[in-house]
Amino acid sequence: MADQNESNTVQPHISNDVDITSVAYEKVDQPGAKSFWAQLQGFWVTFITMFKKVNTVQYPEVKEPTAERFHGRHQLNRHPDGLEKCIGCELCAWACPADAIYVEGADNTPDNQMSPGERYGKVYQINYLRCVFCGLCIEACPTRALTMTNEYELADSTRAKLIFEKDDLLGPLRAGMLPPPHPMYPGMTDTNYYNGDVKEAHPSQEIK
Amino acid sequence: MKNAQLLLDDPGWIITLKAVIVFAVCVVLTIMSVWGERRIVARMQMRVGPNRVGKFGLIQALADGVKLALKEDLIPAAADKVVFVIAPIISATTAFMAFAVMPLTGPVTFFGEKTVMQLTDIPVGVLYVLATASVGVYGIVLAGWSSGSTYPLLGGLRSSAQVISYEIAMGLSLVSVFIYSGSMSTSSIVQAQQETWWYGLVLFPSFVIYAISMVGETNRAPFDLAEAEGELVGGFHTEYSSLKFALFFLAEYVNIIAVSALATTLFLGGYHAFPGLGFTEQWLGGWFTLIWFFIKVLFFFFVFVWLRGTLPRLRYDQFMQFGWKVLIPVSLLWILVVATLRVISTTSQSRPVTFGFAGVVVLIVLGISTAFESSKKKRDSVVHPVAAEPNFAVPSLPSEITTINVSNQGGDRG
Repeated sequence: MADQNESNTVQPHISNDVDITSVAYEKVDQPGAKSFWAQLQGFWVTFITMFKKVNTVQYPEVKEPTAERFHGRHQLNRHPDGLEKCIGCELCAWACPADAIYVEGADNTPDNQMSPGERYGKVYQINYLRCVFCGLCIEACPTRALTMTNEYELADSTRAKLIFEKDDLLGPLRAGMLPPPHPMYPGMTDTNYYNGDVKEAHPSQEIK
Repeated sequence: MKNAQLLLDDPGWIITLKAVIVFAVCVVLTIMSVWGERRIVARMQMRVGPNRVGKFGLIQALADGVKLALKEDLIPAAADKVVFVIAPIISATTAFMAFAVMPLTGPVTFFGEKTVMQLTDIPVGVLYVLATASVGVYGIVLAGWSSGSTYPLLGGLRSSAQVISYEIAMGLSLVSVFIYSGSMSTSSIVQAQQETWWYGLVLFPSFVIYAISMVGETNRAPFDLAEAEGELVGGFHTEYSSLKFALFFLAEYVNIIAVSALATTLFLGGYHAFPGLGFTEQWLGGWFTLIWFFIKVLFFFFVFVWLRGTLPRLRYDQFMQFGWKVLIPVSLLWILVVATLRVISTTSQSRPVTFGFAGVVVLIVLGISTAFESSKKKRDSVVHPVAAEPNFAVPSLPSEITTINVSNQGGDRG
């Protein structure tokens, strides 16, 4: 047993013609200790820094804006008439490296038209305990339904609260938008929606 | 011995009250200086520092103290329990004891009794301070040893070596003060400085040596090798928690204030006002001297913080080298010079002889430093020969290995 172990261990190559003094070296100029005066200058640096403006941001009271393209909480966008952009394709969920997104698609029916075209996202969950904010889901989304906001205050007290449902993620209804479900804009196809031809809701879309 | 006479007729209740006051001053100063240090260091690093707890974060240190006291008090299984408990007590008590001989004010009226704010004035007051500081090291060494753990032991050893080395330099730097003032009593030294100049100016080299060694003595940055966070986790107090840790913390800061107070007393004229501002000493019935004293102590404290904010920690060998090869020889030579000057000035009383001797000393120092510099230059200019191309030892390539058998039998992992 011992023999077998020995034969399989890496043996260092030993050569007798190596002498440590034969290793070539060239003298490198080390900077060495600075002059006494130069060392005293360090004290001046710390002293004068005391009177400089501090970099600290008093965070909860003062909030500095994030970088313009900061990866914050996600948002599910709407078309200008209020229909959801999400078509329930699950590409975001497939793209997610952390498996943080769960999507269940469903068919749009004439009396339950949530998004233009055939399908919409019925269940849409993002687990912010898993999300790494890499933005691959945004890149994967074919309809620009999923984008990221600059919101970063996502701490909470329970795990359940950190799984955001569709309601939490959907963008607000802006002026000219009607809350879905409602029919598509008269005379427009899903391609028109995709191309941005729909600018606002049509009065006929409103369900009375 | 004016102060001693004033102290002699103090009734017992005043002495007790003074002891309480000295204790309270130390604790309050510690709390405030922890806050102050954190604020000042923060500003030096372009931060704000603690500013949440209370106005300007003033009671941050108090809150930290309460937090420490409420934490779980842990004694490791491997610790020597008795020594483990005693060690922080030794550290803290000795730190407070040093303050007993510090003259905080000149003559004042205290509850109708004419006295000075000084607990006791013993003829060997300064030696007493040195002694308490030395005993204080026991706290650190025993803490390191009794923890039954590697890092604390290393920290304790470093600390003992460090304090012993720097205490020699410190003691030697004080010798010239004793020679000049002719006394070892703190109040007499203050009086003696009032009659001449501050010893910080007269005995400038002593002052510098003392200032350096007091940083080494208190284990403060850049000499904080005993509790080097980067190397030894927390050094000697790694295993300590709760109130015992708080005691070490307290001891460290009280020590800083004590050595600062000693520096003030011995070199910066003690409680007396700055030259030219002597008239202020009569204000508030002499209590104004207390303000002068604390201004000077806080100046030293600021320097401590400043050092921490500026300098990186020394390497252990460089630190020891500096202590033994620079500070101690220099202070020995300086004592020699001071003693000679003192003898000349007290016996012959002729100015030319004194100045002549001083001039010769200066010339010798200049000569030695010039010779040292030129020898350094000569040493640096030596050209090292470049050897021939070597035949390097190379490890065998992994491609030669067909299988790697990782045996889980035997070996030291058992």
